[in-house]
Amino acid sequence: MQPLVWPPMANPTLFSLEGAVGIIFLLTIALVVTGGLIAVVSQRLVRAVSGLAICFTGLAGVYYFLLSPFVAMMQLLIYVGAVSILIAFGIMMATPEQEIGPGNAWISRLVGPLGASVGGLFFAALTILGLKTPWQVFPRTAEASGDIEQVGKTLLTSHSMVFELISIVLLMAIIGALVIARRGRN
Amino acid sequence: MIQSYLTVSVILFCLGIVGVISRRNVFTVFMSIELMLNAANLSFVALARLHESMDGHVLALMVMAVAAAEAALALAVVILLHKHKGKLDTNVFSLLKG
Repeated sequence: MQPLVWPPMANPTLFSLEGAVGIIFLLTIALVVTGGLIAVVSQRLVRAVSGLAICFTGLAGVYYFLLSPFVAMMQLLIYVGAVSILIAFGIMMATPEQEIGPGNAWISRLVGPLGASVGGLFFAALTILGLKTPWQVFPRTAEASGDIEQVGKTLLTSHSMVFELISIVLLMAIIGALVIARRGRN
Repeated sequence: MIQSYLTVSVILFCLGIVGVISRRNVFTVFMSIELMLNAANLSFVALARLHESMDGHVLALMVMAVAAAEAALALAVVILLHKHKGKLDTNVFSLLKG
């Protein structure tokens, strides 16, 4: 698969192909960030799940920009198609729009600033770390294109243990979900 | 170029941290954990693209599978707990306190 823009042009103009691709890239990032914000901040659960689905869709776009279309497809299939829908069903099963009681007064007043400060500290530290590190850029190779053929070869040859592990984990999850569902019945 | 992807990943991870610490609804906490898993996935794929190796892609796929399994089990547990207690507040679920 030939990448659309790689390496990126030095200074793309707005009305060229590269400029349009840059705008789409910024739009996907905006989708990710706004979706995540809605998912965390929103008080109503249905809106939070919608924000989560928006965030996952934007992430699939970001994976496509990273030239790994298989991971992007799996993101759409597993996260948008399965996990978000599963959470939506879970919210439907539980009582909708549940009121959270006041709880302990000063703890609940403390918890918002605590979360914000811890998140801000993590953000500052990790962003400084990511921006200050001199990342070495490796040349592109054909062996690491993220298409389905390479992923399949890797999963069945050098990383076959991961494949087996995924199978066992999914089997365990199926059995566990069945056991829990059976216990709830009677 | 890698810096922009890593910054998006850091933003998602910190949103997840804020949600886990400051929200009390079980579903919101669960969704924040999913956000943090996705942030890790994004940095895996970005660094795999930087190093031009397939390891990060495979690891991202594995995280996706584990997250899907975890979502199924966690939601089953949450629905059972909601049946028992009738609430979604994380402060109520303190059954292991003794």
